[in-house]
Amino acid sequence: MTATSTARPAAASGTLASAARDALIIMWRNLKRVPRIPELAIFAVLQSIMFVLLFAYVFGGAIPIPGGGSYNDFLMPGIFAQNIVFASGITAIGMADDIGKGIIDRFRSLPMARSAVLAGRSFADVIYNLGILVVLMLSGVFVGWSVHTGIPELLAGVGLLLLFAFAMSWLGIWMGLKVPSVEVAQQAIFTVLFPITFLSNVFVPPQTLPDWLQPIAEWNPTSTLTASLRELWGNPNPYATDSFPSQNPILVTLVWVVVFIVIFAPLGIRRYRTLSR
Amino acid sequence: MDVITAEGLVKIYKTRKQEVRALDGLDLSVAEGTVLGLLGPNGAGKTTTVRILATLLKPDAGQARVGGYDIVTEAQRIRTLIGLSGQYAAVDENLTGRENLWMFGTLYQLASDTARSRATELLDQFELTDAADRVVKTYSGGMRRRLDLASALIGRPRLLFLDEPTTGLDPRSRLGMWDVIRSLVREGVTLLLTTQYLEEADELADDIAVVDHGKIIARGTADQLKAQVGGERIEVIVHDRTRVDDARRILSGIGVGTAKFDEHTRRVTVPSDGGAKRLATVIREFDDAGIVIDDIGLRRPTLDDVFLSLTGHAAVEEPTEGEAA
Repeated sequence: MTATSTARPAAASGTLASAARDALIIMWRNLKRVPRIPELAIFAVLQSIMFVLLFAYVFGGAIPIPGGGSYNDFLMPGIFAQNIVFASGITAIGMADDIGKGIIDRFRSLPMARSAVLAGRSFADVIYNLGILVVLMLSGVFVGWSVHTGIPELLAGVGLLLLFAFAMSWLGIWMGLKVPSVEVAQQAIFTVLFPITFLSNVFVPPQTLPDWLQPIAEWNPTSTLTASLRELWGNPNPYATDSFPSQNPILVTLVWVVVFIVIFAPLGIRRYRTLSR
Repeated sequence: MDVITAEGLVKIYKTRKQEVRALDGLDLSVAEGTVLGLLGPNGAGKTTTVRILATLLKPDAGQARVGGYDIVTEAQRIRTLIGLSGQYAAVDENLTGRENLWMFGTLYQLASDTARSRATELLDQFELTDAADRVVKTYSGGMRRRLDLASALIGRPRLLFLDEPTTGLDPRSRLGMWDVIRSLVREGVTLLLTTQYLEEADELADDIAVVDHGKIIARGTADQLKAQVGGERIEVIVHDRTRVDDARRILSGIGVGTAKFDEHTRRVTVPSDGGAKRLATVIREFDDAGIVIDDIGLRRPTLDDVFLSLTGHAAVEEPTEGEAA
């Protein structure tokens, strides 16, 4: 038996082109499920709207914005950031589900790029997040949020959100590959993602936190992303301090994006290659 | 020529407290164009063997070559030769049958058009044409299993691994699956099949390797294995329990060994070499002695007997586990 005995490739396997083709096929597969399980996207949006309503009307009155400005105008960038952090939890659950159902085994038995299943997933996550963001931004306009600068700043902010979505997706993928089951994934993401969203400047001023916690909240990528958006879009950002992340939120966010990808992409791919149950 | 060769495969799963030697020095060879049935109970190491040979798992020791390629260093080459269908229907529930096949085909590195026409062909072959454009979520268990097998065949692999292809299927779907597998084998595919159903191995495989505790403990054709346990035997079910001793004495005189009695079934068994005409002798002598017989028969050994005599325990230790999976 020789290697050429089977029907042979469209693209020579092992090349960058074939790896990209494989990743695009996986991305297609992951995006197909969005309209087929519409509940997933609907609840993602509803959850964010629930947070907006909860904070805008329940806590909003109790949280004054120093220097004035509307609470909702202040809140929305944080909601966008939070939504992306939570989306990585969906990624983790999806990954764990794929392993549990055995489809990852089939992918691993195919002569496809080892990176494709994970890269395809993260590309799909970016597109999915873009869709959710558009819906959320339109909802934000309803409750009084707007971009006070211009189109370039709007696009820059969206670009930053999507870069962050890409980075967070790799964290979600890695978590999904690490946990033994979907149930554990569901538990694990709360433990990991809740501190990332709530230990931040999204809802409250970091200055109110204990001294030792304050730097953590300021360096938290959710905080730097939120601060970046407020700065780019001219939304109130009243809690800025003299700290480095407060003064350079965009730079720190970009560094976070790189750090997440550099750490979690190789970890995820290595885990995928040696996956065994 | 051997398409699969494996020597001394060892795989150890470590859990918190203990080590489980799933494979403990397993040797295997499969000749091109033949069907090898890997037969054993749950936990014997069948699935681990398939996962290692299909490049999903690395062995802790030992070597194996598939299609001439090393399973560790040339795994990607092996993947272009094989098709794998497992005990889980590993297809995407949110895609249609057609979409699944197209996806697996293109990932097998077929051109998009080739994958599309091959998908249509397979849907037809596996009687899934009517359901082709429905989401797999709506499929029955048997349909999913057929789609899973079709997915494994999308790239026309020369070598096919089927891990318990009929576990959990109802009897009718199982027969249908057997037909499909037989027709594949006629086309010249080399097949490594695992099963815990003795009947299935007997039905489909040219050669059977019996696996227990991570090792091959016997290998041969179904007939050779049966011969290993001994030939045919006479079985008599005695109506009156008090006449068992007489029955054993008579049977021991007719057969070629000592007659055994099974308390539970009132069955007296003796190995025999005289074929059906010995039955007449048995009936006559029982009649003369006034022993009433409920049932009498000449039994050829089943693979169940083979398993029992080889391992000292029954073939299916936990019959429900496979069904649940």
